[in-house]
Formats: sequence, C-alpha cells, structure tokens
Amino acid sequence: MAVALLAAALPFVSCRKGEFVLPSTSIEVGGSESNGAIKGFFLLNEGNMGSNKASLDYYDYETGIYHVNIYPERNPGVTYELGDVGNDLQIYGNKLYAVINCSNLVEVMDVATARHEATVYIPNCRYIVFDDGFAYISSYAGPVQIDPAARLGYVAKVDTATMRIVDTCTVGYQPEEMVVAGDKLYVANSGGYRAPAYDRTVSVIDLATFTEIKKIDVAVNLHRMEADRFGNIYVSSRGDYYDTPSKTYVIDSRTDRVTEILHLLPNSNMTLSGDSLYVYSSQWSWHTEEFAASYAIVDTRSKKIVTRNFITDGTEAEIAIPYGIAANPDNGDLFVTDAGNYVTPGKVHCYDRHGRRKWSVTAGDIPAHIAFTRTRLRPLESPSDTGYGRVPHATTDNTL
Amino acid sequence: MRYPQPYPGLSRSGPCHGKEPQRFYVLRLLRRLALACLPALAAPCGLQAQQPAASAGTEVSHDIEEIVVTARRPAEIIPTQKLEGKALEALSSHSVADALRYFSGIQIKDYGGIGGLKTVNIRSMGSQHVGVFFDGIQIGNAQNGTVDLGRFSLDNMEAVTLHNGQKSAIFQSAKDFASASAIYMETRRPRFDSTRTDNLKATLKGGSFKTVNPSLLWEHRCGDKVRSSVNAEYLYTSGEYRFRYAKGDGYDTTELRKNGDVRLFRAEAALFGDLPEGAWRTKVYFYDSERGYPGYVDRNIPGRLRNTDRQWDTNLFLQGSLLRRPLPFYTFSLKGKYAYDYLHYLSDEEDGMYIDNRYRQQEVYLSAANLFSILPGWSVDLSVDAQWNGLEADLADFAYPKRYTVLAAAATSLQLKRVSLQGSLLYTHVTDVTRRQGTQAGTRNEFTPALVASCKPLRRHDLSLRAFYKRIFRMPTFNDLYYTQIGNKNLKPEYTEQYDAGAVYAREWYGPKGSCRLEVQLDGYFNRVKNKIVAMPADNQFRWMMLNLGYVEIRGADAVATLGMTHGRLRATLRIAYTYQRAQDFTDPASEHYGDQIPYIPWHSGSAVAGIGWGEWSLNYSFIYTGERYEQAANTRYNYVQPWYTHDLSLAREIGLRRCRMRICAEVNNLLNQQYEVVQCYPMPGTNFRITISLTL
Repeated sequence: MAVALLAAALPFVSCRKGEFVLPSTSIEVGGSESNGAIKGFFLLNEGNMGSNKASLDYYDYETGIYHVNIYPERNPGVTYELGDVGNDLQIYGNKLYAVINCSNLVEVMDVATARHEATVYIPNCRYIVFDDGFAYISSYAGPVQIDPAARLGYVAKVDTATMRIVDTCTVGYQPEEMVVAGDKLYVANSGGYRAPAYDRTVSVIDLATFTEIKKIDVAVNLHRMEADRFGNIYVSSRGDYYDTPSKTYVIDSRTDRVTEILHLLPNSNMTLSGDSLYVYSSQWSWHTEEFAASYAIVDTRSKKIVTRNFITDGTEAEIAIPYGIAANPDNGDLFVTDAGNYVTPGKVHCYDRHGRRKWSVTAGDIPAHIAFTRTRLRPLESPSDTGYGRVPHATTDNTL
Repeated sequence: MRYPQPYPGLSRSGPCHGKEPQRFYVLRLLRRLALACLPALAAPCGLQAQQPAASAGTEVSHDIEEIVVTARRPAEIIPTQKLEGKALEALSSHSVADALRYFSGIQIKDYGGIGGLKTVNIRSMGSQHVGVFFDGIQIGNAQNGTVDLGRFSLDNMEAVTLHNGQKSAIFQSAKDFASASAIYMETRRPRFDSTRTDNLKATLKGGSFKTVNPSLLWEHRCGDKVRSSVNAEYLYTSGEYRFRYAKGDGYDTTELRKNGDVRLFRAEAALFGDLPEGAWRTKVYFYDSERGYPGYVDRNIPGRLRNTDRQWDTNLFLQGSLLRRPLPFYTFSLKGKYAYDYLHYLSDEEDGMYIDNRYRQQEVYLSAANLFSILPGWSVDLSVDAQWNGLEADLADFAYPKRYTVLAAAATSLQLKRVSLQGSLLYTHVTDVTRRQGTQAGTRNEFTPALVASCKPLRRHDLSLRAFYKRIFRMPTFNDLYYTQIGNKNLKPEYTEQYDAGAVYAREWYGPKGSCRLEVQLDGYFNRVKNKIVAMPADNQFRWMMLNLGYVEIRGADAVATLGMTHGRLRATLRIAYTYQRAQDFTDPASEHYGDQIPYIPWHSGSAVAGIGWGEWSLNYSFIYTGERYEQAANTRYNYVQPWYTHDLSLAREIGLRRCRMRICAEVNNLLNQQYEVVQCYPMPGTNFRITISLTL
C-alpha cells in the first residue's frame, strides 16, 4: 500500500533546475496620462529584514503599467540583488539612490535605465538628502563610546560627482530623516537603540563647515522631517509606545526653536505637496486590538488641521498598515502604500487630488518609499534575455 | 531601527532545557508483564523501546542477560516511527535533528552547520507543538517553547522515537498526554556480559569544518542491583564552509561561512537500580557551550563579517524516577526534575544595536502516575504533574514571569481480542505571576481529550488498522506573553486538533540461513491549528507584537516501509519514508493568499536509507528529499524555493582486537555537493567528510 503510494508520488516529485535571475512582472493598473512632466515613479519595497528582498518597482504614467521587481533583470551581475531592507529612495540629477539599511550601502543607479552605477558603503545607513552636489546620508554607526550601548550616529557627506565620502559629522543617537533649510542640515535623532532612554533632539549642522552647531530639544524618539516654504520644519515624534503618544512638532529654522506642538496630530509618516502636509498615523490600540489609522492634512500656512481624512471615498478601510506616502507634485495624485501583514506582498493605492481612489496594485514586500521621475524608464519591457519561460516556478516536467 | 534579531538571542537559540532519564529498568517486572500480555502495562516500562529493528516480532530486552520474550509485541496503535541501535548508528548524523530527517511527517528547520539551530515541525502544526522527552522526562523551555534538537548529539543515544498524538500507552505522566506530538530520546543503559563489571567505550570523530569530537563512556556494575553510567563529550568545530550562490544568467559568487564555531562540553552521570517489583533511575546532566551565529547571507560590504553575535549556554539538570508494582493490580511511577538554564547573548557589532543579555530559566517538575489493572485487558491510569517555571533576564522593563502548572490526566485502555481502545482526558491549569501586578496573563483551565482505536481484522496476517483524534493546545510562551514591547498578555492558547487514520502491515519470512521482515505503515491525517500565535508587526518593521491570528488546515499522508533481511553473513536493510502535506493558511479570507501553502512546508518530501552488511563490513546509503515549497506566506514566484536533496554514503568496519573491539567508519555527506538552503538566506554545507573511530573495552 505504502509502496504503491510511494511509486504514485514519484511523478509529482521534481528535481532542481538552475537558478535564474527573477524577472519583473507587469501589471496594467490604468491611470495613464501622457503629457505630464512626471513620467512615472520608482517604488522601493523594504523586504523583511533577514530575507535580502529589498526590491524596486516602476510605474509608468504613459502606459499605466506597474512593473514589479525591475532591479534583478536589469542588473543580473549585481551579487545578491538589491540587498536587505530598503530604507529610502531619492532621485538627484540623473541618478536614482536607494538606501539599503541592513546591506550597509547606498545603491546608485542611472535614473533612465535603473542600471547599477555605483555603490557607496555606509554602515547602518538610514536616509538621504541632497544639497549643492552633495548627498547627506544619516547612519546609526557613529564612533564607539566607552559605553557600548551609547553609540552616536553620524551624517556622511558624499560628493555625487565621485561617489566618495568626503566628510562625516557626528550627531545624536540613531539619526533618522533630515531636511536642508537655508544653509543648515537638520537631523532627527531617535535613540531607538536605547529605549526607553530615547534621544529627544534635532541636530543642526552648518553645511559650510559640516559641523554640528546645535541640538534642539524636541521630544522622544524623533523620526520624520518635512520643510515647508515658510522656513518651518515639521518633525514627528514616535512617542515611547507606552504613555507618551506620537505627536508633530514645528521648528522655526530662523530661530531654531520649537514654535508649535501639534498635540493632536500623531504622525507615522508625512509628505508635503504645495502648502498641504499629508500626515497619516497608525496606532495600536490594546482596547480594540486593532490599528487606528488617521489621514490628516495640515495647511502649512495656518499650521491647522484641515481634514482628518484625506481619503474621501471610504477606501481607507482597506488599508491594513499604511506605510509610505507620496504626492505627485505635478497632478496632485496621492499615493499611500499598505504593508499589510508585512510578510505577504503589500499594496500601493493611488488617489486623485480629491481623495478618491484611482487604482491599487500589489507590489513587493513592504512597499514604502516613492521617488517621482521626470525621465521615463527605458527599456520598459523586460530584457529578453531573462524571459519568463525560464522562471523556475512550480512546474513538474522533471522527475527524480 | 535595526535589531539583529526580532528576539535577540531567543528565537534562534532556545536554551535547551535539560534532558533526563526516566526509562525504567524493570527487568523482572517487564518480563512478567510482557508474558502476561498486558500491553498497557508493558509499554511504559520501555518494552517497545528496546526492540532492535530487525527483531521487532519478539520482545527483546537488552539487559544483563538478553532476555528474549516470546510474546508478540503489541501493535502501536498510534503512528510511531523509531530509529535505534545499528540503524541509528549507520545514519550519517551528528545530532538528533539530523536523524529525525529520516522520519515521515517531519520538517526540520536547519540554519546550517553543526552549530546552527535545528527545530522540528511535525505534521505542520509548528515546532512549539512538539514535546521533546529525554529519557522519559520532558525538556521544557517556557521561554520560547522550542527545543533545539541540533544540541543533542547521537553519541550515547540508543533510540529516537516519534509519536504522533501521544504514546499508545496510558501508563504515563500527564505531560506525556500534553503535546500534539512527541519525540522521545533514549540514551544507552548499561548492560554487561555476564562476567564483566565494567564497560569502557572511547570514540573520536573528526572531519570537515575542523570538527573534533571525542567522547568517553564508562559503565559500571555495583553489585546485583545497581548500575552506573558516566558519559562525557567535547566538540569543537569552526563551522566554516564554502557556499555558492549562482544565477544561470547572472552573478556567481562563492563565499566562506564564518562565525559558526561551536565549543561544547557535555557530561552525564546516571544510576540505575532494581527493586523488588520495580526499578529506579537518576541522572545528572551538564551542558556548556559557546557558539557564534553566522547570520543570514545578504548583499553587504565586501569582506565584512556579516554577523559577530555570540551565545553562551549552560544547562544543568537533575532528574530521577521510580517505578513499582506494590500490588498485582497496581503500578505507580514517580518522577522529578530540576533544571537550570543560563543563556548569555552578545551582539557587539560596530554599527548595529548593542545587545548583551542574560537569561536564567529554572524548572521544577514532579509527576505521579498510577495504573490500575482492573480486569485483564482493562486498565485505568490517573496521573498528576506539577511544574514551576521561572525566567529572569536583564532586560529593561522585564516582567520576571513565573508559571505554575498543574496537569492531571485520566486515561483508560480496553484491550479486546482484536480491538483496542484508549481514551484520555487531560486537565491543565496554568497560573502566571509577574513582578508587577496586572501585567500577567490570566489563569487558564483547559480540558483536552484524546481517543485512540485500533483493530486487527485478519487472523492470519499482522495487519492493524488504527485511528485517533486528539485535541490539545500549547500555552503562549513567556516570550509571546511578556517579551518587552512585543509580548501580549491577552494571548489565548494555541489549539490543535488532529484526526488520523492508518494501517500497519508486517510480515516475516524465515529460511534456513536467515530471515526477512517487511513492515509498511500508512497514515492519512487532517489537522487544524486554531488561534495560531503569530508575530504581527506594529507600526514599523522592527516592532512586532504577538496575536492569536492564524488558522491553518493541514491534510497529509505519511508512508513508511522498512525491509530487513539476513542471509548468512549478509545483512540488508531498506527504509523508505514519504510525506505528502497540504498545509493551508485560511486566516484571512480577504487576502490574495488565502489558502496558500504555509511557508517552508513542501508538498512532497521523503527519505530512503539502504544498508548492506557483510560480516564485519557495512555500507550505508541515505537520501533525503524536500520538494518545492515557498519561503513566505505568499505563494508567488518571488518566494518559490527549489527542491533540495542530498546523498550520503558511509562505510564501516568492525575490527576485533585481542581485548577490545574497534569500529572505523568513514562518511561522505552531500555527495553531489548540492548548494541548497533549508531556510532562506542560510546556506547549507556542500560535500563534507567525517571519520569515526571507536574502541570498546
């Protein structure tokens, strides 16, 4: 009986095939328009830590096609693909920069082709901003102190012409997002490795001398930063996950003081579009055992909350964990990503300027960071040498 | 924030808890019981556990005088698989986990190398539903609920047995009823030629990864009634091996796996005694190790050591047991254990989060089991266990949990001519106490049943049909409930329900010069896991929380066929195991991946072991196959994992010297140098070698 079962099982048992580079998947999502200055956007999926599965997607406005996982087929020679945990994505000049946190590097690509151009190794790198030909990258890996648990972070200055680190500046504990305002760089220090003894400062770096000139005391566990056109910097505090809730703070970059505390604006992530600051928050409630999400807009002219729900058609109920946010400065399209349960592929939702959903698509694992491009990606189709036919998928053509 | 592991030091590195003895040495009692054909009584005394694979038709007790009992073995009425004696020795295995790969219905998660964590998952219900028993007493780990079976070496191991559901013997501790499936590891018990009072065995193993592994065993007979055994082992391995990742149309890289070194020392001392109508046994176990964690393989700074984390473990336990039959119809057993586990985890990377934590776990366990043989063929068991667990850690805001557990089981067994029936009901009471009032989980009181039936429909053929149903749960572990910022004290227990039906057929042939035995087992099953405790990320990827979210249904079939024959000086054995599993996640109907296969469970897996012996020579070949599967919950092409399979070969020779016996064995493992992963980003070693020399005095 068992022998018969064993024999019957053999045809279903398959052998190993060669491993090949995974191709992209094209999904038609609509929303196409051909005459905007913004040709599309790149999206960085973080991938679960330890899975080496950060991945890059591209949405093309002209065709309305969303391309999942475009990096490996365009860069089959890059060992271990994009890397582990994508943490930031930005375009500067004609280059696309992906900060890959756990791989300790910034991947520099040609924005027109998404092909590898350079790698800048920066241990435990987090976010990237640009100013006057230089990239500034925050990193947790500052100089080692006497107390090994008190390691300061730093900001690396990279010359985008040579892709070399030209200078570093030590800041607070576990620095996160940064903004440039005037001739100063502002860095939000979190102190996340030191919980519950979080950092509570914003470091101010003078860009001319690249030295920290000041630390502004703000609140615990700082994370996000946005600078508006009035010289105000919006900073998010994640709170301590216990008694101190998440809040939003405003720093005036002329005085380097906290001028406003938006107590009722918990802030997981935000993006600025014109004078509208889009802020979402998702907070866990032990009472309901659910995430309570809010989607607010702050008018940066009045610093007042205009709405608590910028998604107007009720589709926000379909978002499990909002994770990334971006606004197309050209047509007002708003994007919110959904990390879902983090271990299955997440979603990208596109809303029009009135907050009605235009389209949704399933992206990679933990879709998070969006960079709009004015250069259309080429070629758009998968390179023919990594055709779909060779995907080692669940076929049963070989037997043992 | 980047934390080296979601649970620093814990998830990958459960402090292995003790191990301990309980197998009774109930010589005379055994013989009497076996002759009396009281399977319910005989089984717990370790009768079945003592049969060499080739002679399972008769009861053989390896004892002072090898007693051959004529009664037929009671058929296992619950699916059981066992590897023991020579069959175990012949496998190219270092640890118990390696040996378990040959069982059907089992998936091992192997992070690679001798020092890598190895956990077992039986019939896809999850590794925390596997009870691991060492010489009859469970190895606990209240902290994370899993036991790293890679820690238990096969040196001095006599048998490894897997029971789905529970042992098919009602005379057992309440704990034996308390897991969805169980693995029993039995160490060697002293046995002597009639004139000897001492046995000495020295073994030296060495091979790839700079592995050196000496061990020593000394058995002594103190008078008629007491025997002792002392066993010590040391192991060093660099854990370094080359691995390759290559894409047919892209990159091709070969690297050296680093920081996988292990140093360990293990010592055990045991005493075995006989009593009138009974036996007793005690054991001290000590384990001390230091190891590195090589970490996962990702894109990284060239030449950089990916992970420098290190872990130190010290495990100590004492255990003892006593079995007596003071009255002809009444047998009792008492067991006790104290275990202390210390774990120190250090992550001191130049650019990551600094972690330097120490965890101390203690366990006290007491058990009493009582068997009443009311009528021939009808018996009743009442068992009560009590246990205390405590965990201390130098973490900020740590809860310092303590857990009081009381288990009570009532079971009955009815043995009719062709039909046997068993039923058991387990009561579990759990109370947790934490340092701060109000932070502990609520008290739990749960009742869980099991029903077992079997029959032998044919008079002339050794065919039995069997079926069982079992409902059982696992408590949320200390990590699930109290791990700082992750734990959720409101968690409910995670329940499993198992339905199984199967058949066993055995046949023997005898000739003038030899014999032949065939046994075939086949089981189909349906399992459900409810309130599955899963880690859900909180508001960013590096903060997770535990929730009772999952629901999984598993449909599967296990098949095992063994064939053994002897003819003059020729011996041959063949063992084939095959598993089919469809393990589907039905947690969220709205998900695109509703009904997908759960991660790391292949649809098809199996193994084959073939051995051939001629006089003092023996040649063994083994093959393991794990079919295609997905490494994450979404069954997409991006998560697809290819099948892997390895071929191992070993050649051994016994040499009789004047005063001692020598055995030399040479092994080649992963003969075709397959580059594979069992767990995503954890490469496994390619072809490797080992030589074993043992001297028995």
